[in-house]
Amino acid sequence: MALKIVKGSIDRMFDKNLQDLVRGIRNHKEDEAKYISTCIDEIKQELKQDNIAVKANAVCKLTYLQMLGYDVSWAAFNIVEVMSSSKFTYKRIGYLAASQCFHESTDVIMLTTNQIRKDLSSPNQYDTGVALTGLSCFVTPDLARDLANDIMTLMSHTKPYIRKKAVLIMYKVFLKYPESLRPAFPRLKEKLEDPDPGVQSAAVNVICELARRNPKNYLSLAPLFFKLMTSSTNNWVLIKIIKLFGALTPLEPRLGKKLIEPLTNLIHSTSAMSLLYECVNTVIAVLISLSSGMPNHSASIQLCVQKLRILIEDSDQNLKYLGLLAMSKILKTHPKSVQSHKDLILQCLDDKDESIRLRALDLLYGMVSKKNLMEIVKKLMLHVDKAEGTTYRDELLTKIIDICSQSNYQYITNFEWYISILVELTRLEGTRHGHLIASQMLDVAIRVKAIRAFAVAQMATLLDNAHLLTGNMQRNGICEVSYAAAWICGEFSEHLENPMQTLEAMLRPKVATLPGHIQAVYVQNAAKLFATVLKNQEGNTDSTAAQETIQLMIERLPLFVQSANLEVQERASCILQLVKYIQKLQQKDVEVAEEVSALFAGELNPVAPKAQKKVPVPEGLDLDAWINEPPSESESEDEQPKAIFTKEETKHSRPRHIEVDEKELARRREARKQEQANNPFYIKASPSSQKVYQDTPGVEHIPVVQIDLSVPLKVPGETQHQGLPMSDQYVKLEEERRQKERAEKKKKEKKKRKEKRSGRGKRHDSGPESEEDITPAHMVDIVTEEMPENALPSDDDDKDPNDPHKALDIDLDNLGEMAGRRPLADSEKLPVRSHRAVEAAKSPVEDGEAETAAPQQPKKKSGKDKRDDKKKDKDKERKKSKDEKKKKKHKHEEKEEDLLRGEVDEPVVQSEGISQVAELPTSTSAEVSDLDFWLSNAPVPSNAQEVATVVAAAEAEAPVAEVVSGAAQDSEPDEPKDTEMEETKSSKHKKKKQKKEKEEKEKKKKKRHHHHHRHSDGGGEKSVQNGTVEEEEEPLPSMSNYCLLAENSYIKMVYDIQGNLQDGSQVVVSIIFENKCDSFLKSMEFNVLDSLNSKLQRPEGSGPHDSLTVPFQLPPGVSNEARFVFTVQSIVMPQKLKGTLTFIVKNEESSTHEKLDFKLHFTCTSYLITTPCYSDAYAKLLESGDLKGSSLKLEGVNMPFHHLLARICFHHHFSVVERIDSCSSMYSRSIQGHHVCLLVKSSGQTVSIDAKCDEPTMLGNVLDEIKQTFSQC
Amino acid sequence: MIKAILIFNNHGKPRLIRFYQYFTEDMQQQIIRETFHLVSKRDDNVCNFLEGGSLIGGSDYKLIYRHYATLYFVFCVDSSESELGILDLIQVFVETLDKCFENVCELDLIFHMDKVHYILQEVVMGGMVLETNMNEIVAQVELQNRMEKSEAIQNLSPPYLCHLLHIATSSRSLRSSSSIHLNVPPAGLSTILTPTRHPQL
Repeated sequence: MALKIVKGSIDRMFDKNLQDLVRGIRNHKEDEAKYISTCIDEIKQELKQDNIAVKANAVCKLTYLQMLGYDVSWAAFNIVEVMSSSKFTYKRIGYLAASQCFHESTDVIMLTTNQIRKDLSSPNQYDTGVALTGLSCFVTPDLARDLANDIMTLMSHTKPYIRKKAVLIMYKVFLKYPESLRPAFPRLKEKLEDPDPGVQSAAVNVICELARRNPKNYLSLAPLFFKLMTSSTNNWVLIKIIKLFGALTPLEPRLGKKLIEPLTNLIHSTSAMSLLYECVNTVIAVLISLSSGMPNHSASIQLCVQKLRILIEDSDQNLKYLGLLAMSKILKTHPKSVQSHKDLILQCLDDKDESIRLRALDLLYGMVSKKNLMEIVKKLMLHVDKAEGTTYRDELLTKIIDICSQSNYQYITNFEWYISILVELTRLEGTRHGHLIASQMLDVAIRVKAIRAFAVAQMATLLDNAHLLTGNMQRNGICEVSYAAAWICGEFSEHLENPMQTLEAMLRPKVATLPGHIQAVYVQNAAKLFATVLKNQEGNTDSTAAQETIQLMIERLPLFVQSANLEVQERASCILQLVKYIQKLQQKDVEVAEEVSALFAGELNPVAPKAQKKVPVPEGLDLDAWINEPPSESESEDEQPKAIFTKEETKHSRPRHIEVDEKELARRREARKQEQANNPFYIKASPSSQKVYQDTPGVEHIPVVQIDLSVPLKVPGETQHQGLPMSDQYVKLEEERRQKERAEKKKKEKKKRKEKRSGRGKRHDSGPESEEDITPAHMVDIVTEEMPENALPSDDDDKDPNDPHKALDIDLDNLGEMAGRRPLADSEKLPVRSHRAVEAAKSPVEDGEAETAAPQQPKKKSGKDKRDDKKKDKDKERKKSKDEKKKKKHKHEEKEEDLLRGEVDEPVVQSEGISQVAELPTSTSAEVSDLDFWLSNAPVPSNAQEVATVVAAAEAEAPVAEVVSGAAQDSEPDEPKDTEMEETKSSKHKKKKQKKEKEEKEKKKKKRHHHHHRHSDGGGEKSVQNGTVEEEEEPLPSMSNYCLLAENSYIKMVYDIQGNLQDGSQVVVSIIFENKCDSFLKSMEFNVLDSLNSKLQRPEGSGPHDSLTVPFQLPPGVSNEARFVFTVQSIVMPQKLKGTLTFIVKNEESSTHEKLDFKLHFTCTSYLITTPCYSDAYAKLLESGDLKGSSLKLEGVNMPFHHLLARICFHHHFSVVERIDSCSSMYSRSIQGHHVCLLVKSSGQTVSIDAKCDEPTMLGNVLDEIKQTFSQC
Repeated sequence: MIKAILIFNNHGKPRLIRFYQYFTEDMQQQIIRETFHLVSKRDDNVCNFLEGGSLIGGSDYKLIYRHYATLYFVFCVDSSESELGILDLIQVFVETLDKCFENVCELDLIFHMDKVHYILQEVVMGGMVLETNMNEIVAQVELQNRMEKSEAIQNLSPPYLCHLLHIATSSRSLRSSSSIHLNVPPAGLSTILTPTRHPQL
């Protein structure tokens, strides 16, 4: 054996390793392929050996060859062998090779499942790490399904290195196995608050990636992300979160409002350009989502634009590029604020960097107006001449056309100028956008009737000029333009000055070199021209001209008859025969011109590209009905499109079901006609108007002739020599015209002023005056594209059905512990290998709730389509439930009245308040309404606190339980059907609640002394509570940790202390200041007398006794929150710190200096951080024996067990590890890493708590605090 | 998400390719060629962003690259990544290479493609950014290398012997332009090195 190893080693020494291979390839530059093929042969030999080291070496070389483009999939099995080596060195080589060349259809992947599982659970973190990295590259749906549970366990691994990898890879697992998303999500969410910044960043990364595709499912995480955003200092994480908010704001405008301020602060404070840029981007997204008009937003826009200008002016090209990119986003909604930076953007057009020029072009698109269009396009035309690269030139070309044609040629005042621009663009050789120019020419010529004569003249010159024909045969090349030119000349041939000449140009032999479809158009339009010529000649006695034309046709057409293109051939031979027949008739002196031109009579109207799609389905026609019964097998395939169609159908037909009587229809038609008549851009395609136009050219058309005279009709290629290109002459003319107009207008206006508004021109009444001052050169009618009547305006863009992220569109709300709605069903749990204990792997959320929830699940999924049918029924039901509610309310009121008689009104109102609070968790959209609550503009924390104090004081349980059971019944019937309804309901609740709370506040102020009454109320209703606990999972009262710090007649302070996740020696004290008086509170200064152990963190440079300024002022009735950071050394003992708040009370008459003393109580609880822990880790911790025990007994605790647990969790920052009946284990961790474990048992009214902790003093204090919490109830 | 990471030299020769989405080998080579074609004709003083090539990605993807001496480092990313952030990430990656190889040059990448992969694996995983802290990356890479060495010494297995054999002929001794040090100027990594923020108040 030993000999074998030695022999292997010696063999190995003569093998090539990777370096040898690389060196060899470099030395065989001439015959590289041959050398590599010998190497591959060697590798094949090496792979046959038993020695794993040799195999690994071979695989390593293969990885290199794969990079050079060699397919190495034949060695897939050997790669698996190397992956399963026990040595890290080889394992790593194997996994690397696998990650480079395995993919979903590699069949050996299925052999790896067990190996990977083994590696994942390896005691060596690097084995696990390597397996995770490899898996992230080649995970398949099967692997994802089989390994999801293992990876999920790794998410709470002790090593952050593994945790962060496991968190990241979950995204890949979700993509391949969407079913894993719901079960894994709670844990993923926990990782957002992981103590390790790397893990936290990974979790943010994954959730952002998920949320980007399906943002609406992640809206409820907004508060959490908001917290992270305001607390994190990691720019990388901040950028991700800010980008995520950018995706969320369009769904929830209120979120945007909340974001503006912190983002603006970041913009001002950050030094990182990347962060600044993303903040600006998200602010832009917010501004887009918010309806404009709020005054303070213009400040935000200004800030953004101003910052972007700084970026654009920066010498760093990257910043310049990004600045332009972001600017184009603002442009869409706030063009005004960008337009003022036109100079800067035009400057960027001259930049040497093509990317920057392209971005600047994008911006120009949105910046044009009637005023500056010509100027901008002129500048662009100059760039077209200068541009060397065809790609950039083509880009310029498309941009010019885009800019001019945008919003239905809105900014074009002179179409002759536009046509000449298009003609100039045909000079570009080698462009790929001939087609685009052609379609513009066609579009303008067809839709702008006034321009036709001019366009035809231009096209005739184009046809006459051969430069288009010499063109390349490239697809979409410039020769496409001749397609348009020929068609326009043929169709509108009545405008041609010399049709004979044009006809000759169209039948030149060179035309036969053009692509087939263009030749076909030439032939067809030659026939149209022929008809025109005949018609013109009809009156003449001298028929030689007609004869010549006929002769020309007969001579030239045979060339096309021989064309290889079928279309050309067919048309040519038809027309040839027609011409010959006409010749015969003419020789007999028969007048044929009328009949020939009748062949091409009639006006062609433009039809919108989507018109066909928009034709509504006529009533009674079912497109899905089979004409013939289908063969039975194909049914399943056709199901889906059918479903989509029927849905749309119902939508279409709905409006038509509304009976409209004939009168109404007539009235509407009239109104529409009126509207069209007033719309300068609309012309009805009725034959009457057309005739009028053809017979008597209107006065408006005279300027056309004038301009024709001033600008010689020549091909720009020739005019160039004479100086200005033609379009430039138009610019000049236009300027002159505008000046004249302006002068005239001034005169007129003066007159008008004298006449006292004798009615302004109708044309000028819309839009900003500066724009509309410019009148078009001649009245232009743009014919709108025709659409069928009743066409639907909506443009439903279809999403890609193959998008893997579609499968991840999964509702993730209500996964939280408080939600009773749709927890994980049994079927949703991750597959676990059978010999593993399921209990141990389950997350606490799943416990118990799964069974009750399972049947609800399908209900929720009930499709939209059902809604329509059931609407009526539902309405009824809704009414019913409303009635019921009313009744309930009545009862409530009666009860209130009863109470009123005996007591003062205050407690009643409060119990009502409690009921509102208690209803929140019962509604299905608990999370949504939480979000609503968070988003609402009212000072949220103070509200919560208000309620909480009430709850605490009022012995919450009794009234809550009673009201809640009622409420639950209320909401149950319509619960599963309509979530939207639910939402509106909850928002109603919210409003009601706020109102109630306001009342409450007022009353409370007046009648503070009535507090004690409630005790008796509560006692009276206790029996009810016992009776109504039908189910354990009854909703919890809402709680708050904020407790009173101090209060006087001016101000009230409540506070909460939280440990800092990042730093073991810091706690954050959040204080809500509430102004209780009618005066303005300002200059608030907060100071605390530091102790040896705890110190207030003050900004650098300030002394230890300096006070901190509270960063806000309080108008009357307003509250706001400030946070103060304290450093603590020892956390085993509770502490009290004395402090003072000084402030100035200012009202109209006077301002006084006031102060308020307080005592900050740092309980041991406040040093604990809710840290999730899984049962396996928990068991290990207890086994370790490092912990010291203590215990506590509570008597007379009158609350359901889960309320008890919730209280411990909430007030003392514990999390439930496991719960069995009325016994539960709980865990928490201090900021300095002490573990605190509790075992809580309840029997009757006695609760015993056994606790263990590595710090006995601390444990004792925590237990005392728990005791106190429960003695208060 | 990062779709691909490509490193190639001034002549378009690939030095490391890492695709996070499957492409056949032929396609991979085409993408490298196209990317090289796009990137190589750009001056060094133009911006580092490119609207993606036609082969890899569509409108949502961008090429973000940096040019160091003889090598181009190109990241193909979608819109969920911050452009400037990725530029900083490339810098971190190259600085890490510089630390691990001690004055990295193209030859290091040529002869130690596997090691470069291992370093990259500590920075980006499955197309998502794993770690941006340079010290952490170097520490993890080093721990793994140490493990590899200890395995080699433990049973005097071939890699160790090979290592001894090949130390004599250092790959650096080759005369070529690719031995030019990549010269990694310490750029201001605003995204990744977090400036200390004052406590909130």
